[in-house]
Amino acid sequence: MSAYEQWIAFLTIMRKEVRRYLRIWTQTLLPSAITMSLYFVIFGTLIGKRIGTMGGVSYVEFVVPGLIMMAIITNTYANVVGSFFGAKFNNSIEELLVSPTPNYVIVLGYVAGGVSRGILVSIIVTSVALFFTKLDIYNWFVVIGVVALTSVAFSLCGLINAVFANTFDDVNIVPTFVLTPLTYLGGVFYSLDLLPDFWAGVSQINPLVYVVNAFRYGVLGVSDVDITVSFTMLIGLTVVAFAYAMHLLSTGTRLRT
Amino acid sequence: MPAALEISSLQKTYANGFEALKGIDLKVEEGDFYALLGPNGAGKSTTIGIVSSLVSKSGGKVRICGIDIDEDFSLAKKQIGIVPQEFNFNVFENVEDVLIHQAGYYGIPIGLARERAVYYLEKLGIADKQHVQMRMLSGGMKRRLMIARALIHEPRVLILDEPTAGVDIEMRRSMYEFLRETNEQGRTIILTTHYLEEAEMLCRNVAIINHGNIVTQGSIKDLLRGLNSETFLLDTQDALPPRIEVPGYALRQVEPQCLEVDLAKGQELAPIFTALSGAGVTVVSMRNKENRLERMFVNVLEGAS
Repeated sequence: MSAYEQWIAFLTIMRKEVRRYLRIWTQTLLPSAITMSLYFVIFGTLIGKRIGTMGGVSYVEFVVPGLIMMAIITNTYANVVGSFFGAKFNNSIEELLVSPTPNYVIVLGYVAGGVSRGILVSIIVTSVALFFTKLDIYNWFVVIGVVALTSVAFSLCGLINAVFANTFDDVNIVPTFVLTPLTYLGGVFYSLDLLPDFWAGVSQINPLVYVVNAFRYGVLGVSDVDITVSFTMLIGLTVVAFAYAMHLLSTGTRLRT
Repeated sequence: MPAALEISSLQKTYANGFEALKGIDLKVEEGDFYALLGPNGAGKSTTIGIVSSLVSKSGGKVRICGIDIDEDFSLAKKQIGIVPQEFNFNVFENVEDVLIHQAGYYGIPIGLARERAVYYLEKLGIADKQHVQMRMLSGGMKRRLMIARALIHEPRVLILDEPTAGVDIEMRRSMYEFLRETNEQGRTIILTTHYLEEAEMLCRNVAIINHGNIVTQGSIKDLLRGLNSETFLLDTQDALPPRIEVPGYALRQVEPQCLEVDLAKGQELAPIFTALSGAGVTVVSMRNKENRLERMFVNVLEGAS
């Protein structure tokens, strides 16, 4: 395929993905807006007022970056794992597999779909957050970099999950039993300084601590971890996940017999 | 001109040890209308799966329009359109989107894809379903859409895996007409089917596959010429006499006005007509008891087992 044909194939996959999640927006976009509104009301306004400040900022300001990041992670992951597994489940993935579209275009097309949903949801959640607090971005470069890398990395993880999934239960295992606990324990609602030394040390092996704190640094200028380490981890996760996704597609694991 | 499809020593052994293909050789010339026949589990779909890349081969070579799939599968894939046996659509997409997406995977811009979609939907008689969701289509309409989808990138070779399974007679006939026209335009068609009259009616050449081996292949006409016997049914105007005999012929009266005749290779029907005429019986119609290709198919499989 020529570069132009590959570009069309990429746009086709992305367009299909975007239209899919827009078609079912009540399942894909609305829940994040509602859930985050509740978080802002309960943790930001009601409980947050009693907590006071954290990391040198008001509690509601402190939780906003973590909640935005939580929405991006869950939505990018869910978009790709749901869509790719759905295509596997109804065999429509064969439409792509029999075509000359290269594997990396397939991966990038699905990732682009996931990233676009992640960005759209982050805009929705940020808009909701503005009803509860003001947001002055500390470093746009860090904000954009973290959102882009996180969206790509978790879209890739969703794709890998979908390749291995045999049932819809398999699609939900990672988000329910891995991503959600790691996100909640990743410093969304608290600063690691509050934890005893042992648990603060344990938190260092939670990758989402770095994601949440890197984004918080970009928004507020405060972080529990070194921003360079955060970026290194995110880039590392993205590269490894991309390489693994490519390996799965090129070997045809669970896709070809 | 290279063959549309050339397969040599193709082997497939699945992970569970099942040997689906045991080194088959097959050659389909460009422009041919070719039937790949065989009982269930013979290896037809595995062969198509390998050609379409959904199944990885264990050994052997496949060339599509002269392009070795091991050297440039991407280019080889552009030459073929696949109509699979099972429906493989996203049921929540509409008909036009299914075609536009498939075209996009082949690098065809959306404007051109839309033009072709309209053209093929019209040709296949489902133009009025352009904006209908997939799940609202009948089985026959889905089958025709799969043909449109396989042709959207205008491949040189169209491979259909049991395309008329579950399709009513009228729709089947219109599909035959469309496939004939497509073949006459120069496109090679490879067909697997369990309807042997379909293969006899449409195809020029045939291969019969069984237990992962090609047991026979060649021109349908030549293979049918090799039949040693045929059975005809003669319907008569009046009741047949209680006993009718013609030396050298096996005759059976199956109904009061129907006579079954076994005709060995080289035998003629004329003596039967003469005998019946002599007995004052008029023959009003005559037909083959069974499809000739079916008889040949059974003979070949029995011979191979």
